Amino acid sequence: MSARSDLLNISQVFLWLYETTFATAIREGDALFPWIESVHVLALTLVVGTISIVDLRLLGVVSVNRSIASVTAEVLPFTWSAFACAVLSGSALFASHAVGYAQNFQFRMKLLLLVLAGVNMLTFHLTMGRGMGRWSEPGATPRPGKVAGLISLVLWIGIVAFGRWVGFESVR
Amino acid sequence: MHPVQAFCEWLAATALSTEIQSVGWIVPALQTIHILSIAIVMSAAAMVDLHVLGILSQSLPLAAVARRFLPWIWWTLIVLLLSGSALIIGEPGRSLRNPAFMLKMSILAAALVLTLFFQRGLRRDALFWEKSPGRRAGGRLLAVVSLVLWVGIVFAGRWIAYVNVGAV
Repeated sequence: MSARSDLLNISQVFLWLYETTFATAIREGDALFPWIESVHVLALTLVVGTISIVDLRLLGVVSVNRSIASVTAEVLPFTWSAFACAVLSGSALFASHAVGYAQNFQFRMKLLLLVLAGVNMLTFHLTMGRGMGRWSEPGATPRPGKVAGLISLVLWIGIVAFGRWVGFESVR
Repeated sequence: MHPVQAFCEWLAATALSTEIQSVGWIVPALQTIHILSIAIVMSAAAMVDLHVLGILSQSLPLAAVARRFLPWIWWTLIVLLLSGSALIIGEPGRSLRNPAFMLKMSILAAALVLTLFFQRGLRRDALFWEKSPGRRAGGRLLAVVSLVLWVGIVFAGRWIAYVNVGAV
């Protein structure tokens, strides 16, 4: 299949999504969008806030007297639950104006940064996870950990900025 | 004219307000700072409240968890008030004449009083909220109410954008 027809298929998927009863209800209802958006904001504040607890520990700014492993174990299950809520509510918001969002530059940037944040986290887990012994002691973070924390912090600030910016763009 | 409306119209005509209105990126940037700050406050409150409720790891004592997270609420509150004030100056009527904004400020006041009260207990005695079954229950009740209030603040805040208050 050519790249062109792939693209066509994707935009047809967005159009189909846009026309589902579910998406139409969110789009045309008076209160559904703001309610789902409120859940989305709540979820993302918890995601970003709890991730920054880990990032700031990695950077050695907070809780240096505790090991990275224990800070991470305490916070990340909570982060993942909030992330699941953010993805669900975000998908519902996306569906309501699927075609417009899919073409929106800010929205695409937000997704790109989300993917990069995922890659950063995966890299961190794969490379550091192996020597977790080093991470279960309190004290300064080895350099790669600091870099991962800084990248994560910057990416999440970008994700919030682009996400908020989407709201100022006309996607209808 | 209603005094609040008169104040909004005056504020909207100031040089600072017209500057905020005319530069397109300022409002989204301020809102981004505002949301990032809410993320810090919300998560700090949740870490303490969920610890009290026994949902998060109990490896640290409550007093240590509170010392770790509660100061973030107070320091970040300054950023929230500054970015929030700038947003109000940019669009006074959008918030000052908005019932959702009034609700948000009322809930915020309640949440802050509750946090102070909770913190004061811990300052007097590190085991203040764990001493007796009654204190434990009281602490848990405060934690639940605190979570509900902070969630309410986020929701009311988002609804400011949707409660239509007309011009200015």
